[in-house]
Amino acid sequence: MGTSSPKAIIMDETAVQRAITRIAHEIVERNEGCDDLAIVGIVTRGDILAKQLADQIKQIEGVDVAQGSLDISFYRDDFATHISPEVHATRIPFNVDGKRIVLVDDVLFTGRTIRAALDAIMDLGRPSSIELAVLVDRGHRELPISPDFVGKNVPSSRGENVRLFCKEVDGRTSVEITDVEPGSRIGSAPLGGE
Amino acid sequence: MFNNHKHLIDISEYSDSELMTILQTAKAFSEVNERAIKKVPTLKGKTIVNMFNEPSTRTRSSFELAEKRLSADTLNFGGSSTSTVKGESLIDTVMTLDAYKIDCIVVRDKHAGAPYIVSQASPAVVIDAGDGKHGHPTQALLDLYSIWERKGSFDGLKVGVVGDIGHSRVCGSLIPALKIMGAEVTAVGPNTLMPPRPDILGADHVSNSLDDVLPDLDVVYMLRIQRERLEGAPFPSEREYHQLYGLTKARERLMRPDAIVCHPGPINRGVEFDSYMPDHPERSVILDQVYAGICVRMAALYLLLGGADNGLAS
Amino acid sequence: MALLLKNAHVVDPSVELDGVMDVLVEDDKIAAVGENLSAEGAEVVDLSGKYLVPGLVDMHVHLREPGFEAKGDIESETAAAAKGGFTGVCSMPNTNPVTDNGVVVEYIKSVAAAKGHCRVYPSGAMTRGLKGEIISEMGNMVEHGCVAFTDDGHGIQGAGMLRRAMDYGQMFGKVFMSHCQDNDLVGDGQINEGAVSTRLGLLGWPAEGEELQIMRDIMIAELAGAKLHIQHISTARGLEMVRAAKAKGLPVTCEATPHHLFLTEDAIDGTYNTCFKVNPPLRTAADAEALIAGVIDGTVDTIATDHAPHSDWEKSREFELAPFGMTGLETALGLVITNLVKTGKISFGRMVELMAIEPRKILGLDQVQIAAGFVADLTVFDADQVWTVSDGDFASHAKNSGFKGAELTGRATDVFVGGKQTLKDGCVL
Repeated sequence: MGTSSPKAIIMDETAVQRAITRIAHEIVERNEGCDDLAIVGIVTRGDILAKQLADQIKQIEGVDVAQGSLDISFYRDDFATHISPEVHATRIPFNVDGKRIVLVDDVLFTGRTIRAALDAIMDLGRPSSIELAVLVDRGHRELPISPDFVGKNVPSSRGENVRLFCKEVDGRTSVEITDVEPGSRIGSAPLGGE
Repeated sequence: MFNNHKHLIDISEYSDSELMTILQTAKAFSEVNERAIKKVPTLKGKTIVNMFNEPSTRTRSSFELAEKRLSADTLNFGGSSTSTVKGESLIDTVMTLDAYKIDCIVVRDKHAGAPYIVSQASPAVVIDAGDGKHGHPTQALLDLYSIWERKGSFDGLKVGVVGDIGHSRVCGSLIPALKIMGAEVTAVGPNTLMPPRPDILGADHVSNSLDDVLPDLDVVYMLRIQRERLEGAPFPSEREYHQLYGLTKARERLMRPDAIVCHPGPINRGVEFDSYMPDHPERSVILDQVYAGICVRMAALYLLLGGADNGLAS
Repeated sequence: MALLLKNAHVVDPSVELDGVMDVLVEDDKIAAVGENLSAEGAEVVDLSGKYLVPGLVDMHVHLREPGFEAKGDIESETAAAAKGGFTGVCSMPNTNPVTDNGVVVEYIKSVAAAKGHCRVYPSGAMTRGLKGEIISEMGNMVEHGCVAFTDDGHGIQGAGMLRRAMDYGQMFGKVFMSHCQDNDLVGDGQINEGAVSTRLGLLGWPAEGEELQIMRDIMIAELAGAKLHIQHISTARGLEMVRAAKAKGLPVTCEATPHHLFLTEDAIDGTYNTCFKVNPPLRTAADAEALIAGVIDGTVDTIATDHAPHSDWEKSREFELAPFGMTGLETALGLVITNLVKTGKISFGRMVELMAIEPRKILGLDQVQIAAGFVADLTVFDADQVWTVSDGDFASHAKNSGFKGAELTGRATDVFVGGKQTLKDGCVL
């Protein structure tokens, strides 16, 4: 993927798991249980995190919460210059009407992916609320979007790339900062985070 | 722009992996088409002209729905009022359309090669919606999609294409596309309905007998007998055609248990079929093909109209 | 007015000339041929390094006038002939009105005399209006200067009609030139039937559609005792039929075009370039190879271009709607030198036979020999000039050549018609 070099590991596997466990508790606490709760991950890595969150919630509450995955390729605002090479089907196996949806993504950056995801969910129906959970908030928002649940705030510069690596697709779990070499494209959402 | 493809005119310019990407993208759009709100904002602000210089209700409707479900603005241009009917040349017509500031032209024309002319006369993305007896790439894509959905793979799949291959724009794209994907193709029909060189399209075998080849086929692709397009009657009667090449209930016993039946539509009951096979709940995928048409056209529009740099770096 | 052409390499097999010498032209005739000629007061032109041959004749040209001046006219297309090194062309009768009576023959001759850049030998239709129904006024046309008869572009479909026309017309001693095409078999055929027609979804124009009529016309010409010339022959088997007729001693000749010799159906691809849409169509590589063998062994008597100018808007249409034909006058000589002479397949002497001697013989015209007393119709060319065919090279009104972009060696530099210069240093006068 692109040309980048690792600079620093800001979360290792234990830290990532700890953050997921904590966020799961916060979700249950904030929503006072699991009624009408649904966890929707943005593919690919938000989807993996969403599954882990749902597993944690099951451990805490003993309930299977509704879970789905969302591909925002068709909702991107940079379609004219950039299309996703691999479009995954959106899989929302439940009626979103009246649901309290927790949207999950790995790294929150400009907020544009979340804007697209909100539009995508709204096209599916009318949830009673949508909350946002992210593993890393690296700042530099371009839209008025803020997360409800954050694993870790990581100050970064625009020239850096903050990425979640997942065992399931990358063979290791960690959050790393890499330098972006000028002119190089680093992946593409949904694969590369924002 | 999809990889280095600006247009969809000649399907044989696409690789197997590129065709598979289109099918997978179509699959993602299939999910959209199952929703209550069957619309995504992807092509908001894009203008697409459906330039249909010969009548075609089905293909035009399918394109129009695909475009609208992608939120594009569509303009239907054609019918009896076409300027080509009034004597204007195709190039002049395209230049006129171009002055409307459009992004894509979907071309259906009774003359082979017309989409290429359009692509030379306009900077817009051009999609061939059927040109003369030459090609019909989105039809081939929807056929591939329907077969892929049912069979999962094309590798070594035995496909028989039955009927009017020589006058068929469908075959001009379908047979090369099946070959690209790794299928084995048998062309079946009387020689009066065969092109001079079926092998050039990619046919591995040619047979005059449907009964001979039917037992081997995984997919039986019945072509429409295009009565309006047959110069000088290539077979004596529809009755005899039906007897020799009709996929009837009686012929089903020759078919593999898992063989499926395709047809580009519209079907002629009593000619290509009796009334049994097109309605067969397990074998017939004819209506699935119609549905697939919307999905693959959305996919083709999505892939060709987005991404100046196509996002496929690395 | 005398003109002394110095130091040209003169090639004329009819008088066994092949060497550097001088040619003196006085008025419209050659006055002397020899080494180190001099003439008091003559204008001297140094042709060192160039070839001088009897003026080239293209016996198959569509001048388009009267009737289709948007495609080309007698002035523009004879300019193209001069540019290509020709001193004379035989015009085809598919004009509007059709050249099927003496009035139209006179019209063509008078416009050519007033505005033409080469000699024009009109051919006339065999049937009135080229309709294949009624014999045209052949006697009247011959009286006004018609040199041959043809229903070029159509061919006569009925064998009985063909026989009637030949039976009647053979008394005038002119050659009948056949465009061979069985309409029932060819139908709306666009290009050669085969691999390319399948790939591009275009209706095929089978070789048999031409060969059937070549055979028929040979048999009927024999029956009628008529001289037969097969136009733009394109297939190996058709050529075989001509070869057999010649072996039998029948007065049968044939022509091949540069495009059938040097292009094949494989030139036609997904760009549907209508410049390659010709009738008969471009055939296979095997056919082209057989035609070249025929040029070498003499079965092909002459190279004629079937120069067919069309307006740009007609040719920039859909392939199936565009008219048949490509231009050929400006490129023929360069193509023959490049592909046949420079490759060692034929000599310049054979080229002169093909492009100057044979066409005159077939059309019954006076021969031009590089010898004192003959009319000074002369072509001078630079056999080594390398050029790339482009739009700017056409003097024709049209640019529908299938050879655009080709790099050729050899080009006409000067042409004299009856001692009068029509091309000077490559520029039409």
